[in-house]
Amino acid sequence: MEIAEEMARQQKAISVAEFFEKNRQILGFDSAPRALITCVKEAVDNSLDACEDAGILPDIFVQIKKSGECYQVIVEDNGPGIVQEEIPRVFAKLLYGSRFHTLRQSRGQQGIGISAAVLYSQLTTGKPTRVISKIAPHKPACYCELIINTAKNEPEIIKMEDVDWERPRGTRVELEMEGSYVRSRRQSVYGSLKSTAIVNPHARLTLVEPEGNVEIFERVTESLPKKAYAISPHPAGIELGELMKLLRYSDKKKLRIFLKETFSSIGAISAQELCSRAGLDPEQPPDSLDHEQAKRLHSAFKQIKVKSPPVDCLSPIGEELIKAGLEKEYRLDFIATTVRPVSVYSGNPFLVEIGFGYGGELEKESRVELLRFANRVPLVYQQGACALTHAVESVSWKNYSLSQPTGSGIPVGPAVLLIHIASTNIPFTSESKDAVADVPEILAEVDLGLKEVARKLRRYLSRQSVLSERREKEEIIRKILPKIARKLSDVLGKAEPDIGPVVAKIMGNLLVFRSAEKNDGHLLVGIRVENHSDLVRSFKLHEVLSVQAEEVSPQAKIIPLGDGYDYHWKLSLPPGQSISLSYRVAADGVSLKEPVVEGLDAEIVTGARVI
Amino acid sequence: MADSGNRKEEQGEKAVTEAAAASGGAEQRLMGLADSLYRQFQQGIVPHISLPSRTKGNIEFSIKDDVWVYGDQETTRSVKTVRGAKTLLKTVHLSELLIKEHLRNNRGSTLREIYYISENWDIAKFHEQAESDRLIEDLEIVTALHREDFHVRPEEDGAAVFGPLRLKEKTRRGEKEMHCQDDVGEAGYQIPFNVDNIEFLGHDAKMVMAIETGGMYARLIENGFDQDFNTILVHIKGQPARSTRRFIKRLNNELGLPVVVFTDGDPWSYRIFASIAYGAIKSAHLSEHLVTPAARFLGVQPSDIVDYNLSTDKLTDKDLQALRSELTDPRFATPYWDKQIRLQLDLKKKAEQQAFAGKGLDYVTKTYLPQRLSEMGII
Repeated sequence: MEIAEEMARQQKAISVAEFFEKNRQILGFDSAPRALITCVKEAVDNSLDACEDAGILPDIFVQIKKSGECYQVIVEDNGPGIVQEEIPRVFAKLLYGSRFHTLRQSRGQQGIGISAAVLYSQLTTGKPTRVISKIAPHKPACYCELIINTAKNEPEIIKMEDVDWERPRGTRVELEMEGSYVRSRRQSVYGSLKSTAIVNPHARLTLVEPEGNVEIFERVTESLPKKAYAISPHPAGIELGELMKLLRYSDKKKLRIFLKETFSSIGAISAQELCSRAGLDPEQPPDSLDHEQAKRLHSAFKQIKVKSPPVDCLSPIGEELIKAGLEKEYRLDFIATTVRPVSVYSGNPFLVEIGFGYGGELEKESRVELLRFANRVPLVYQQGACALTHAVESVSWKNYSLSQPTGSGIPVGPAVLLIHIASTNIPFTSESKDAVADVPEILAEVDLGLKEVARKLRRYLSRQSVLSERREKEEIIRKILPKIARKLSDVLGKAEPDIGPVVAKIMGNLLVFRSAEKNDGHLLVGIRVENHSDLVRSFKLHEVLSVQAEEVSPQAKIIPLGDGYDYHWKLSLPPGQSISLSYRVAADGVSLKEPVVEGLDAEIVTGARVI
Repeated sequence: MADSGNRKEEQGEKAVTEAAAASGGAEQRLMGLADSLYRQFQQGIVPHISLPSRTKGNIEFSIKDDVWVYGDQETTRSVKTVRGAKTLLKTVHLSELLIKEHLRNNRGSTLREIYYISENWDIAKFHEQAESDRLIEDLEIVTALHREDFHVRPEEDGAAVFGPLRLKEKTRRGEKEMHCQDDVGEAGYQIPFNVDNIEFLGHDAKMVMAIETGGMYARLIENGFDQDFNTILVHIKGQPARSTRRFIKRLNNELGLPVVVFTDGDPWSYRIFASIAYGAIKSAHLSEHLVTPAARFLGVQPSDIVDYNLSTDKLTDKDLQALRSELTDPRFATPYWDKQIRLQLDLKKKAEQQAFAGKGLDYVTKTYLPQRLSEMGII
């Protein structure tokens, strides 16, 4: 036998299940704490997806129990249930699912998650997975025990029977696995459910921990997220290989029909234009195109302008609910949010939403907490490898009042940053769905969104600093200056000095300062008006006297009142300027009332009454 | 008995009148400070005090006195900020205390006591003693007086002298005369906080040696170094107090004795030497009063580590930082220090004075010091 033939005998197909059995890290089961988190996450994602599809407000119960050396994970929902025939394949066949072939936003995509958990459970404990599901109140529930035949990637049913179950409908899954339960950090079952609750404010999540401690993440809205509809692929950014695949397997007979029916946003006119630009016959069958022709068609896609993909395939959380979600789990002084318009990468529509919480009880000296989500699923691991993180790191946060010690990287400050990317197909870096790949279109959108919320934060902070400056000045004027004046008079044994002029200077106010001097039976009165603000101040200054004044300088208007005279000057003082007024009155029996300023706010005037 | 009591009273009275004469000036200057603030209020000027800024960047060499003093950079304490306003309020409170309690009643307090007195000053209370100490230094600068003039004294720091020196000290209980070898215990004569109450009567010394650590001071006394080499030993106890520095300066100035400084071989010890020979950044306003420009550094030099093969410790990150900062300190900008500091940065090692003990208890007095001193041309 030839060596090649000898070698050929050893070649054989590998089942997917066997492949994953040997490469469990790809699916997120590489460490003991992580196995529990991934398992809970996959089961909860399935429940949320199912509830949303059925229009039910999710109520999900998660329990982790210690069972000997292992842990038992129970996840139970109030979803629509699964029909009896489907149960074995949903839970015990890898790459089986309803979502892989549709372009629509959902948490699950490939049909791997929960079956991978079943596989891991069976590998580490040898025990079957138990499932109960009920699809209607009047029907019995179906109970089954399942394992995966890894060689064939097919379910094996150990037991299947009808049972009574108190729920009207829903699904319950119980798995036993090796693992270890941790708390008190973000990479934990608790932390991952908390994050899930933030972006799924319509869900109620209950967690019972191994020691019996119960945590409830209550729902904050009764309205379900907008339903996401399936769409056709969008021509922008589709790859050549993908296009050739679609051409070859199309059941359409004519190219122009193929173009119109296969892609979203392409109508009869665009289809015609594409064909003429590519120099192709619109009537030829799609599968007759050779490589060269497909290439021409592909470059024609890039030349014509098509409208954006339809938005209804995506279901964003929305600014209001992002805010509600953050408020629910953090105490914050300020929240900024933004939802970016829908954009496209490789034919897949996506959109980015960002929530930015600041202040409150967040740690001031540590790095900003980053919450990453993809299609409402929290991303817990591999923060450093994720496009969402990279976008945050490349923003120059110093321009937005947050410190960034090394000039790039995650900023430091009392803030929490929520980034959600929704797409019909999230480009993950691996099957364990930990990190979003560095797709340029995604990086650009996240960057724009971050800068938008950062600008809002900067505006908020600068408003705050104006306020605190004002408060600081108030403290100086009300508490400290009077004390200094009093102490000085104590030390020197003199009368307390008037702090008015200094107050006006510090506050940037208009100062009215009157002095009077007795001379030869007359009172010589001088009024000095200083503008310490940086704006022009226009106003009237009134001096109400019981007798007529002489030598009034500059000239004032006089209005006789019943019991005296109102002298007033119309003044306009540029910033930093001052003016001196003076007059003379007979000294006997004259009592001077406080000068009056008309036409300005009381808090910007010192030394006069304001009307 | 009654007689001696009377004599004490007489002396006490005499001291009081002398002090009152000096304090008259101090009171006037403090009142002047308060008055200038008062007038600022009256004239509508935002009240403020200007002070030279007390940083490394603002000390310059005064050729006139051979010492480092503050340059022209000024900082302003004004009531425009809460911090500035509070500092001014504290300054006024402190002035009142010094005028009314200290100067008018001829009483005094220690730095620590002043910190505690401020307990009753409401928002003008000091948060830590460093704050009140700094403010007193500010007042010294503004009034061009010394804290002794305000009757403010430091806590006892126990710096001591041992050597062939005869002196007379004016104390509250009369004048005391003593010889700093024959009339004192093993620890030596303790330097009082007001050194200007001392009069030097006579000596047989050829030099003054300032020593950083108590261990080395005791070693030199035990080995009879003061007798063998006619040396006045001054134990400076770490960073030397003002009184210690003033004492050394007077020994140098009035008796014309050369001064050498013997410390550990690390960056912190070079700063001790700098404060004796060049002046401290914190108290550069007193440089002319406290600094001995003729003082010379004896050791331990970084080159001694190599030459004498001393046992060493590794420099810590903080040590390295301090050394590098000394390279940019104008006080150390001499070829000698530049060479030594760079050598030490190279070695990454430091040595204590006590390292000589590794070669025998007599090594330092029989070998190292005689060698170094003749190298320096002192013996």
